Amino acid sequence: MIHTWNVLKARLGQGHRTSDYPDEAPVLPERFRGRPVIDDTKCPADCDACEKACPTRAIRFDRKIQLDLGRCLFCRECVEACPEGAIRYSTEHRMATRTREDLWIDGKTTETRLASALDQKMRSLFGRSLKLRQVAAGDCNGCALEIQALNNVVFDLGRFGIQFVASPRHADGILLTGPITQNMKLAVQKTYAAVPDPKWVIAVGACAISGGPFQGSPAIHRGPDDDIDKKDIPSIDLYIPGCPPHPVTILDGLLRLLGRLESGA
Amino acid sequence: MTLDALITQNGAAFDAVDVPILSPEQFRREILDGVERGLRITAYFGERIGAAKTSLVCVLADDAENSLSVLSCAVRDRYRSLTPDCPQAHLFEREIAEQCDVIPEGHPWMKPVRYQSVALPIPGGTPFFSAEGEVLHEVAVGPVHAGIIEPGHFRFQCHGENVLHLEIQLGYQHRGAESFLETAPSPRSMAVAESVAGDTVIGHALAYCNVVESISRCAVSPRAQALRAVALELERLSNHIGDLGALCADVGFLPSAAYFGRLRGEFLNLLMSLTGNRNGRSFVRPGGVTFDLNDSMPADFQARLKAAEYDIQSAARLMFETPSVLARLEGTGAVSERTCRELGLVGPSARSCGMPLDVRSDHPHGAYRFSHIPVSTVSGGDVYARAMVRRIEVERSIQFLEDHLHDMPEGGQDLRNSAGPLRSGRMTICLVEGWRGEIAHVAVSGESGVLRRYKIKDPSFHNWTALAMALRETPISDFPLCNKSFNLSYAGHDL
Repeated sequence: MIHTWNVLKARLGQGHRTSDYPDEAPVLPERFRGRPVIDDTKCPADCDACEKACPTRAIRFDRKIQLDLGRCLFCRECVEACPEGAIRYSTEHRMATRTREDLWIDGKTTETRLASALDQKMRSLFGRSLKLRQVAAGDCNGCALEIQALNNVVFDLGRFGIQFVASPRHADGILLTGPITQNMKLAVQKTYAAVPDPKWVIAVGACAISGGPFQGSPAIHRGPDDDIDKKDIPSIDLYIPGCPPHPVTILDGLLRLLGRLESGA
Repeated sequence: MTLDALITQNGAAFDAVDVPILSPEQFRREILDGVERGLRITAYFGERIGAAKTSLVCVLADDAENSLSVLSCAVRDRYRSLTPDCPQAHLFEREIAEQCDVIPEGHPWMKPVRYQSVALPIPGGTPFFSAEGEVLHEVAVGPVHAGIIEPGHFRFQCHGENVLHLEIQLGYQHRGAESFLETAPSPRSMAVAESVAGDTVIGHALAYCNVVESISRCAVSPRAQALRAVALELERLSNHIGDLGALCADVGFLPSAAYFGRLRGEFLNLLMSLTGNRNGRSFVRPGGVTFDLNDSMPADFQARLKAAEYDIQSAARLMFETPSVLARLEGTGAVSERTCRELGLVGPSARSCGMPLDVRSDHPHGAYRFSHIPVSTVSGGDVYARAMVRRIEVERSIQFLEDHLHDMPEGGQDLRNSAGPLRSGRMTICLVEGWRGEIAHVAVSGESGVLRRYKIKDPSFHNWTALAMALRETPISDFPLCNKSFNLSYAGHDL
């Protein structure tokens, strides 16, 4: 009896903690590093300081500066290297895209081409119930923990009908993290093969998209968009960049895929 | 009797040639004598020198004397294994065999650790330890697990419900992290150091920066040191609180599981307010830190810590006063103090066996030289003890932060000094008490500003074997709970 009272007292004290997202925009601190913003009008002639400073070759100059969010670690090297302050981070959390090309941004980018929803038929199948199997394949546990955080009461993924399941046979798709190590390649292939059709692949984090800081290591496959894995994992349906992405960036991507957010909202 | 070894301290640099080179027999005897007297192997690795020769380097920690002893020997392709007489060497010797092709003769269980070479099969492709008999059966789990968790393979030999033996086969996460650090320090090597284990970004970044600063003789300002300690304690808090919540979830006590799950995020968010990233990436850099507290932050952080502390106490009281929770935690997965010593366990896993080991007080670095956190020990070595150690450490870390934020050293323009080039031929051992225990980074610099050998040891490297021991004569259904109570790193082990 006393114990029941203690449970209720603690419950009342802890309060209601689920965020109002997506009805209200997430509150992120001023220093939060969301989508980078480039102002290439500030670029001095013949300057490639940011390209040189970038640890993952996410920046390249093709007449003008371009930045690949799929390789970007959201570190501060380019920001610190730029003599003119042409690169800065915004607190924009929305970054998920449906194609690899859409992850490239440049000086003209005011808004990235965010992920579009699945077609009508797929939305009728998955729009209210999406079951995913997470596969960590060389993930440092950064992305895995942010995905796990989606299940806490603040983000409460279950309220959107999205759930992580134990067996690939119960799943509608796999959520891939990590640069696919040599030692995990077979496990990834088998897990993917065990998911019934139609199925989705969602790549979360710089490692899964491009190899991240480990790109070029002989111990990994650089990324699932590499030719090596094309026959086993034909395509990636959603890219969620970050190192690791904030949980709300992952949630935004998943909801966009399901057509649960108006595009641009 | 003193060891024939170079005596040094955490974070000090010395000339690599000053490490005594002993004969293999003497090397072996010195290590066995040291361990007999209560020293621990904190790092033990090989470095190839010339054709068909390998230098074995062993670092022994004397926790009572706050010192580290370094000794070495040169071997060709084989030497007499230490493991039969000194079990804590077992995984180190397997690692040396894999990295340097040197065979420890007489090692009782010789297998690769990470299956690094493409010539090898993938992990799981080699035989497992097995027991035979009509009433025995084998259970195989992983590498892909049921939850959102890193990959590893667990092979159980069971007698009915009870586990006779558990073999843990890791290596699936191997990315080749060490090889990226065996260069001149760069933004890339820093990013890799932060990704050794993504839940211990501050811990490993700090160890790496301590190495660079030590070898390049770069000073770090008191304020930057204090900010590093703030970040390290925030990292400890988020992980310990997450673990308490996960333990509640594993025993089916959802109220505290939900509360701790939310509270973990409060500390990640504090780290994000300070550093711009929930895991504190891009904060610790050679020479200092990249962000300072602004004027409003100390008061704001204090208020958020106070509120979180109040809610943590309510969730923890509920957890530790609920009889059905205690019944699942008490006596489950016990590791004896003797096993703890023999295996050289570190961190909360050791402190829950009553061993007062903590780098922050045994080998203090940075701000911990001036501000002490009492070492939290609990006896019993069971899941309950591992949970209780975390509960106490959470309280003490919050106290440390509250004291520190009030009283930060004055800052100037030296929040981040520039680290000059590395001096050549120097060696250093940098220990950091991460939330899982002792992180050790050992480096030797070569010519022209590069690190020629870099060895990372995550605390999990010691502690995984403790999980296997905890499972002996324990029902297999308690595996998830035992595993969670250690919560070891797969990526940190696999590198």
